[in-house]
Amino acid sequence: MSRNPLVREVPPTSWFFRHPRYMRYMAREITCIFIGAYCVLLVVGLQRLAAGPAAWEGFLLGLRSADSIVFHLLALVAAFYHAATWFNATQKAMPLQIGEDFVPGNLISGAHYAVWVVLSLVVLFLAGVF
Amino acid sequence: MDTISTDVAIIGAGGAGLRAAIALAEADPKLRIALISKVYPMRSHTCAAEGGAAGVIKPDDSFDLHFDDTVGGGDWLSDQDCVEYFIHEAPKELMQLEHWGCPWNREADGSVAVRPFGGMKKKRTWFAADKSGFHILHTLFQTSLQFPTITRHDEYYALDLLVDDGRCQGVTALEMRSGVLRQFHAKAVIIAGGGAGRMFPFSTNGAIKTGDGMAMAYRAGAPLKDMEFVQYHPTGLPNTGSLLTEACRGEGGILVNKHGRRYLADYGMGPETPVGQPQLKTMELGPRDRVSQAYWHELQKGNTVTTQWGECVLLDMRHLGEKKINERLPLVRELAEAYLGVDIVKEAVPIRPVVHYMMGGISTNTQAATPLPGLFAAGECACVSLNGANRLGSNSLVELLVFGRRAALSAAEHVQGLPASNAAALNAQAEKTQQRIDELFTRSDGSESMSGLRREMQETMEKNVGIYRTEAGLQEGVNKIHELRQRYSRVKLTDKSSVFNTDLFQVLELGSMLDCAEAVTVGALARKESRGAHQRLDYVERDDKNFLRHTMVHHRGLDAPGVDYLDVVITKSPPGVRDYSGDHK
Amino acid sequence: MSNSPPRSQPPLAAPHGGAAASLGRPGGSSERIVQLEVLRYNPDTDTEAHFQRYEVVCQEEWVVLDALNKVKADIDPTLNYRWSCHMAVCGSCGMMINGEPKLSCHAFLRDYEGVIRVEPLAHFPVERDLVTAPDDFMEKLKRVKPYLIPKEEKPISAGEYKQTPAQLMKFRQYSMCINCMLCYAACPEYGLTPGFIGPAALTLAHRYNQDSRDGGRAERQEVVATHEGVWECTFVGACSEVCPAHVDPASALQQMKITSSIDWIVEHLIPGGKSARDTASREDAGDIS
Repeated sequence: MSRNPLVREVPPTSWFFRHPRYMRYMAREITCIFIGAYCVLLVVGLQRLAAGPAAWEGFLLGLRSADSIVFHLLALVAAFYHAATWFNATQKAMPLQIGEDFVPGNLISGAHYAVWVVLSLVVLFLAGVF
Repeated sequence: MDTISTDVAIIGAGGAGLRAAIALAEADPKLRIALISKVYPMRSHTCAAEGGAAGVIKPDDSFDLHFDDTVGGGDWLSDQDCVEYFIHEAPKELMQLEHWGCPWNREADGSVAVRPFGGMKKKRTWFAADKSGFHILHTLFQTSLQFPTITRHDEYYALDLLVDDGRCQGVTALEMRSGVLRQFHAKAVIIAGGGAGRMFPFSTNGAIKTGDGMAMAYRAGAPLKDMEFVQYHPTGLPNTGSLLTEACRGEGGILVNKHGRRYLADYGMGPETPVGQPQLKTMELGPRDRVSQAYWHELQKGNTVTTQWGECVLLDMRHLGEKKINERLPLVRELAEAYLGVDIVKEAVPIRPVVHYMMGGISTNTQAATPLPGLFAAGECACVSLNGANRLGSNSLVELLVFGRRAALSAAEHVQGLPASNAAALNAQAEKTQQRIDELFTRSDGSESMSGLRREMQETMEKNVGIYRTEAGLQEGVNKIHELRQRYSRVKLTDKSSVFNTDLFQVLELGSMLDCAEAVTVGALARKESRGAHQRLDYVERDDKNFLRHTMVHHRGLDAPGVDYLDVVITKSPPGVRDYSGDHK
Repeated sequence: MSNSPPRSQPPLAAPHGGAAASLGRPGGSSERIVQLEVLRYNPDTDTEAHFQRYEVVCQEEWVVLDALNKVKADIDPTLNYRWSCHMAVCGSCGMMINGEPKLSCHAFLRDYEGVIRVEPLAHFPVERDLVTAPDDFMEKLKRVKPYLIPKEEKPISAGEYKQTPAQLMKFRQYSMCINCMLCYAACPEYGLTPGFIGPAALTLAHRYNQDSRDGGRAERQEVVATHEGVWECTFVGACSEVCPAHVDPASALQQMKITSSIDWIVEHLIPGGKSARDTASREDAGDIS
């Protein structure tokens, strides 16, 4: 003759296995570790450069190792995935209204992809690839 | 038993109840307000109203025109002093909602937009796409959150009014989540409990619309008025009964039979108007009673379309185009697609009439007061005699605002300087409610199944009290409902648990519906004429000599109810001919 | 709460000819036996919840709610759940259906194969069977002040606040929330951090913030721009995926994060900048000049 509400606890370390959309979210969050690690790598590179030509050469040599190449490939994939999730999210964060109508979301995300491609080409150009 | 003391108890937290609560809180910040509802406020059925709310605002319109439309639409059974009060208050109430944030559709210049509606001579229906009721309800609910004197009692099922010293002084209610009965001692009670469409098997009404408020007042001695007038909405989905708003036709949708003919022209609503150019107060913009009756005649003639869901006519909106449909009728498009698999942009949608609204209800006057002192009522559960024998679409959303507020002002006035109540007498009455509940739990001879009785009631109502009625059918209906009420005293409660026992609530709701059904059938049998939504095949004419008056049905326990009549208030519009032939004579 | 599954016979049927029209979805009214596995919990007798299996004869075009109504009417009157409108607008009948938050009146049997598992909405305490306690949501809704706080007061007699169709469209989508709480059941942040104000309530704050008639954003920021407010959201996006009214709470919350960030920048990095919260506290103190 009384209430006794049943509380269903959410498992704090395994909740994201409950649904594919939570797994996708975790994948997005985990990819940022690679991006962070790559930033650290760049800082180390700058530090080596400042330490003189010998240190810089050692650093470049290290980059050519098999481990380094595997890391770069992983970081590249992670960066692509992470960037894509954020570009896809821009239409939610920055809806654009013109008159009564909203600009279609895929145009907003698409514009980000386009800017990304252009900037990448500029960087590659400055790096002397072309 | 726990007692909750308050100044005004409001039963029902839909449009009318919320409007009343806010009006009370604004009228006197010292008043304690108990807002009691069997559902959370935003679940109330006001949310399902689609088309809009009528109020004179545009320069080409006038109060007189709204008056004439309402009185003629109601087949002269409306009390004209009430209509007069209503039409003048309507725009103020709709404007008040605008000031509270209701997202009304707008004209390009930023003013409120209006759309055409059935039986209205001018465009005067304010709308928020096709979710007008939803937005009104949520605007009221959200606005109510800022008033600390409104105490909500969500998911309390109200049972019996407490009446002592000749006046209403409270109500008993079950807290649904605990099964505990509590009594509310109040100086005034406002019932805003909604309609009772669930008496019928095929209805636009939500599951909660079981006439509890009407039945509660009826049992406490307040008469039910004009209950025989049950509105069929002409355009419901044929499988679920979901409403496709009258705005479908207001925006230009047409009704056709299986031969592709716009058959309304054959039933006094012609001549045909050009497709896509709806003309006010003619053809598809005729009143709901006439349009639903035309379906019945088409059915008799074999002109309906046989679908997998039964006999239908077709509502064709293809010519409106996708852009207008998405802007003005997005919900209609989604409902037809989801529940029927029909895209209204590409296909005509099969529809048929479906029980929608009770014109009748607890008898109230223009001050929203019932004959029982201290008891007030507003919204669909009340019959203030605005709608007469047939309600015009878009008048009811305004009715619940105008008379919700009116009930609050009357209640606020009533509570001043009342003598002290006799708590012992009220407690004793509340104990009777407790005994009634206990008896259901301990009953050993429960032999009748709740769902069985409910099915029989719904079949009876559908068979005998539909769009067209006869003496023999109505007599059968009266007899059967009487029998079901006797058998209901042996209904079996299967679930004996305390917490959120919906078996118990369904048993109680069935009792309410049977009380309402009794008033509907008895009133319909006694009214030997055809008027508005009450059409008799054996008395086909309106009879102003004998029946220009309101049916009043009085509760007599398990015995047959008493019936007497009350004159209609006529101030300036003598009964005339209802003309829906546009400007063509 | 009277149950009656949808019917396929007209109330006024008269036998006559006429070819059956091929309207609507094919096979709409063919029969099918559906297995429902429903979570049961009765605090009077149970210490924990358990699943109960029902076998129900259904029409192919029915929704899960219709199947539950058939169980309630014909098989087991002790099964408890909320419902009312049967048209996805009252928000009563939210449940987990095969692990996904859904309105059961809008979960079509045709979209499911095999056993359909029905559970009460996740992240809310279960009162009984499929009935949950929404108290926490109701309390949070009130905290965000989801009502118009007018930019300028004027009497009713002065007419409407002008609002162009474009200004209406700016917030209309966010005003469509039916308070069904599916977004709370989908949001893992709410599940893990019950203090989170949550998607629907914050979105309603955004709805009023975006309304051209409203001047209450500064007041709402006291709740919105906090760690229980938008900053608890990590943009999982599940709220928007499950929303039956296409409100897109995730979008509203991200927009509020941006405006809240701008507030912070104005307050901390621009000399003499006034944050929204400063403005609010001054208004509360009544010294607007």
